[in-house]
Amino acid sequence: MSAPDHNDVLVRVEDIHTFYGKSHILHGVSLEVRRGEIVGLLGRNGVGKSTTLKAIMGLVHPSRGAVLLEGQSIAHLPAHRLARLGIGYVPEDRRIFRLLTVSENLRTGLDGRGVSEARKKELLDMAFEYFPVLAERRGQAGGTLSGGEQQMLAIARAMMLEPKIILLDEPTEGLMPRMVSQIRNIIDLLRGQGVAVLLVEQNVPLTLDASERVYFMEKGQVRHHAAASALHADHELIHRYLGV
Amino acid sequence: MLEQIVIQTINGIVVGMILALVASGLTLIFGIMDVVNFAHGELFMLGAYVGVITLTATGSFWIALIVATLVIAALGAVIHVTTLRPLLGRDPLNTILATFGLSLVLQNYALWQFGPVARKIQEPVTGQFALFYLDYPWYRVLIALLSAAIIGALWLFLKFSTYGVWIRATTQDRVMAQAMGIPVPRLLTLVFAIGAGMAAASGVLFGPLVGVNHAMGLDWVLKAFIVVVIGGMGNLGGSIAASIFISLTESYASLWVSPSQAIIVSFIVLILTLLIRPTGLFVPTPK
Repeated sequence: MSAPDHNDVLVRVEDIHTFYGKSHILHGVSLEVRRGEIVGLLGRNGVGKSTTLKAIMGLVHPSRGAVLLEGQSIAHLPAHRLARLGIGYVPEDRRIFRLLTVSENLRTGLDGRGVSEARKKELLDMAFEYFPVLAERRGQAGGTLSGGEQQMLAIARAMMLEPKIILLDEPTEGLMPRMVSQIRNIIDLLRGQGVAVLLVEQNVPLTLDASERVYFMEKGQVRHHAAASALHADHELIHRYLGV
Repeated sequence: MLEQIVIQTINGIVVGMILALVASGLTLIFGIMDVVNFAHGELFMLGAYVGVITLTATGSFWIALIVATLVIAALGAVIHVTTLRPLLGRDPLNTILATFGLSLVLQNYALWQFGPVARKIQEPVTGQFALFYLDYPWYRVLIALLSAAIIGALWLFLKFSTYGVWIRATTQDRVMAQAMGIPVPRLLTLVFAIGAGMAAASGVLFGPLVGVNHAMGLDWVLKAFIVVVIGGMGNLGGSIAASIFISLTESYASLWVSPSQAIIVSFIVLILTLLIRPTGLFVPTPK
């Protein structure tokens, strides 16, 4: 795998601190994702992985530190602006609009961005081509889909924003093994489209396999960072941070 | 007896449609914003006053209806930006106090500006038709039809327009709506303006029947709250069904007791709803 150009940083997180009430969640997290790069973020439960994604998405505002998108500071912007600047978010619990149909769920990411009708149709056709099951169920309420289908809808919905990066929070959680390999395919698909991915996962083999680089978090900080290829054999390191 | 039942059924539906118009604004605002708007009755009342003024100036009831709706919708937007948006994310109690205070201010403003004497809005249609021993005014039928048309338009707007999809998405999950690029603060202002405009439209439509004064909103907002609770907080279809249901029950009750006592029936339904099915009578059982 060719090393991505170091100057082509898409998202840079610099020493961010966040609080939830009085508890200090992130203690100075720094990481970066380059354009088109798949980056894994591993760590045990409760170390701040999801909070890091929320801070990038503007759903949590860091009290200190900076978040940069293509060199511009974005830490003070509301989430809806960031979505339109090119950050897609697929949260841990998927958060499908349960009473909206599959088509309407996708529409939330298409309308109001000044996208031409022709381009909207292209994007919808693309979603239905990649995820045929969504085409079959386009008129059905999102809440009636199975867990795996909801996960696909959540990813397809984020893709409607034509994002530069997608923040994927535990996409395989609670899915059947067959669906897990499908998630793997979707990540490759995003890579093929040049969309960067910041992937939070509990599934270590999938993360090492899909990612180019991996960050390890512990107690609200990034403790280690390495190329995914170097980690396959490093069982000791993985055991240290993940206990597996 | 049969004649009375027919007459009361028609009355119940007419009043129910107006109530539904008031309640849909209230429930729309609650559903998307979690704001219990205690000033809703005052927007209804101010709408009626703007209607009176415009009617005097132009002589046209229809222009008055449209102007009142637009003016009060704009006022609603201003109220939202200045009073409610700063309270976003705070305890709901703050917004209750804010809208309650606002209702007092608006009501006393109307008293100061227009005085205590009720104004009259001349109905645009004065004809009557024979209904058994009564001459029933066509205008009442027209009110019911217009209310249904406005509610129908709202439904189409929510169902098909971009803003409608955004409103429904935001009602279900505000955080995820923002993450999908939906401009939530602007959307909340729009919804408050729509709710205010609907209150104003009902104020003008109902003005000819009761006369316009500074306290006319109180009765209506109380009843609208009852139907919003019975229909299931924030549920539009439920509120409409509950409006008709409550008005019909009150109409039938007034066959036996005086109309002022018939109001008790709606409170009985409210209490029973809260005891037996507090999520609302007209919503699916929550999972």
